[in-house]
Amino acid sequence: MAELTMVEAIRSALAYALEEDPDVIIFGEDVGIDGGVFRATDGLTQRFGSGRVRDTPLSETVIAGMAVGAAAHGLKPIAEIQFMGFLYSALDHLANHASRLRNRTRGRLTCPMVLRAPYGGGIKALEHHSESMEAMLAHIPGLRVVIPSSPAKAYGLLLAAIRDPDPVVFLEPKRLYRSVREEVAENGEALPLDKAFTLQSGDDVTIVTWGAMVADVTEASEDLSGEGISAEVIDLATLKYFDRETVRASVEKTGRCVIVHEAPLTAGMGAEIAADLAEQNLTSLLAPIRRVAGFDTVVPYPRLEAHYMPGKARILDAVRNVMEFS
Amino acid sequence: MTMSGRAEKFHIECTGFLNAKGEPMSKLPAFAEDRETLVEMYTAMVRTRTFDTKAIALQRTGRLGTYGSSLGQEAIGVGVASAMTGDDVFLPSFREHGAQLWRGVSLQELFLYWGGDERGNNFAESRQDFPICVPVASQFPHAAGVALAISQKKEPGVAVAVAGDGATSKGDFYEAMNVIGAWNLPAVFVINNNQWAISLRRTDQTAAKTLAQKAFAAGIAGEQVDGNDVIAVRDVMQRVLAKARDGGGATLVECLTYRLGDHTTADDASRYREEDEVRGHWKEEPVARLRNYLVATHGWSKQEEEDLLHALTKEVDLAADAYLESEPEPPNAIVDSLFENQPNDIAALSEELRNG
Repeated sequence: MAELTMVEAIRSALAYALEEDPDVIIFGEDVGIDGGVFRATDGLTQRFGSGRVRDTPLSETVIAGMAVGAAAHGLKPIAEIQFMGFLYSALDHLANHASRLRNRTRGRLTCPMVLRAPYGGGIKALEHHSESMEAMLAHIPGLRVVIPSSPAKAYGLLLAAIRDPDPVVFLEPKRLYRSVREEVAENGEALPLDKAFTLQSGDDVTIVTWGAMVADVTEASEDLSGEGISAEVIDLATLKYFDRETVRASVEKTGRCVIVHEAPLTAGMGAEIAADLAEQNLTSLLAPIRRVAGFDTVVPYPRLEAHYMPGKARILDAVRNVMEFS
Repeated sequence: MTMSGRAEKFHIECTGFLNAKGEPMSKLPAFAEDRETLVEMYTAMVRTRTFDTKAIALQRTGRLGTYGSSLGQEAIGVGVASAMTGDDVFLPSFREHGAQLWRGVSLQELFLYWGGDERGNNFAESRQDFPICVPVASQFPHAAGVALAISQKKEPGVAVAVAGDGATSKGDFYEAMNVIGAWNLPAVFVINNNQWAISLRRTDQTAAKTLAQKAFAAGIAGEQVDGNDVIAVRDVMQRVLAKARDGGGATLVECLTYRLGDHTTADDASRYREEDEVRGHWKEEPVARLRNYLVATHGWSKQEEEDLLHALTKEVDLAADAYLESEPEPPNAIVDSLFENQPNDIAALSEELRNG
């Protein structure tokens, strides 16, 4: 079994999908001969031809809108938006069309497309290249939003997204693209959508997170374990529609919950998770739910970016705070 | 080494066969020699107008939702659709009832849609056609995607999208034209230039002298047609569809017409345009134009006209009754078609709605 980085795992899943289904087609800016700006599609146009792995003109609107039309007419497009910061002009097609087509035609036309976009900060990128706006997408009914947290998750979840008969936005935490290697079976097996993954069992506190923050939370939980605090770590993976049952059951057991995300605090996914627990788990809660999130400000330029990213220190503070609550 | 982008000259053709009175100005295309074909097209235009009248009446009496009339623009829908084949895919704006009906969407489905029932989009015929696109111009990128799928799967069809003159100010329109040009996709974009985008005049919409010329910037062909002359619309569409089908490239067709009605039933055009202007355009409207030609050339009789109106009124009334008598879907229908594989939240919601 090969040890792959996340970007290699994504490339491997894309190649597998192109191989197994002749209707799969990849398009986006610079995904062809250049292999994508992060090289996620490196070598694919050479292997599968420029008809199936295709450079589009520079137009996010067309990338998303064309995916809708192609999906409704029998292809399985995997469209790439180069950075999440450029996804806003594709929103019309996600919110008004991709997410609605099956419903508004009562199943006559469907939209089995995947829109991939690198997202998140921490790589000292240019402005507009570090956003985490997953909650904005998760607010759209009819759209699945999936975020992998490791190479193996990226491989399995991306295959699941591609095989799913409905639209999926697949957000790739670019901080993880090359930072870790993991064994990936590359056997074409998908992981389930709509399911959270309990990465680590614990008894004292539930930490819910996703994407790149999983790495920070895992690191923090090791420190906590040294302090005698046993944390249960849940990787949400599918943000919409998220696995409420797994989160509720965990908090039922631990009585405490800290939610960690890189995206801004207000109206972030943490708010929805906290509200769900407040509605469903009030009697099992031993402490207030805490959120560790990006601040309600614009992602700073690289020199100040570290002040924005909710790292290990803030996670530890929040967990200690809920543990000390009485 | 060469740089791309030498200067070129462009020219816009405008096709028309019948003048405003329905008199031929030049030799008609072959299909228009056939009385039966013309009567079929005339019938389709009158059916569209009869539907339109009924839809407005139902809306005014609280039995239909906000409705977009196609009054005066029937030749575009019928001209476009009559040139298309069953292999083609239609992506309409909300004003192309005539085309939808021609392609087999039923009157009852149209009433259902405008009456606020999603089942109206679940066409029994032309199942590959898109439902009406409400966000203006977004059907153009979809048409590019359909054309991509057609070309990828080596199907014989062409993607045909229609939108109004206002749509030509939007990025979706330019960006989609650009990609169908760059990729030489089998698509035809049609503009129903009815001179008004709600309250904004065509001349205030853009400084461009024609809308067709916008095609040239995107590298596709562009031309104009008299949108009140159904023979001309069909003729131009047959030609550009054949060209697209044969790999000859996409075309933007600007149909010149006039919106004789309000923008929708929620609009009152008297707030922004003079009745005199509208009255003038009634002299050019497409239904009377073809009728005059039929009477003069093919002996279309008063009796035939009366019989047709009677039959179409009955047909439209029956469809309206069927819509009015239909039961709404059960409450769980609001979530049941969202996904093939229902997430737990949606499955639970469906159950809850089903059990009231």
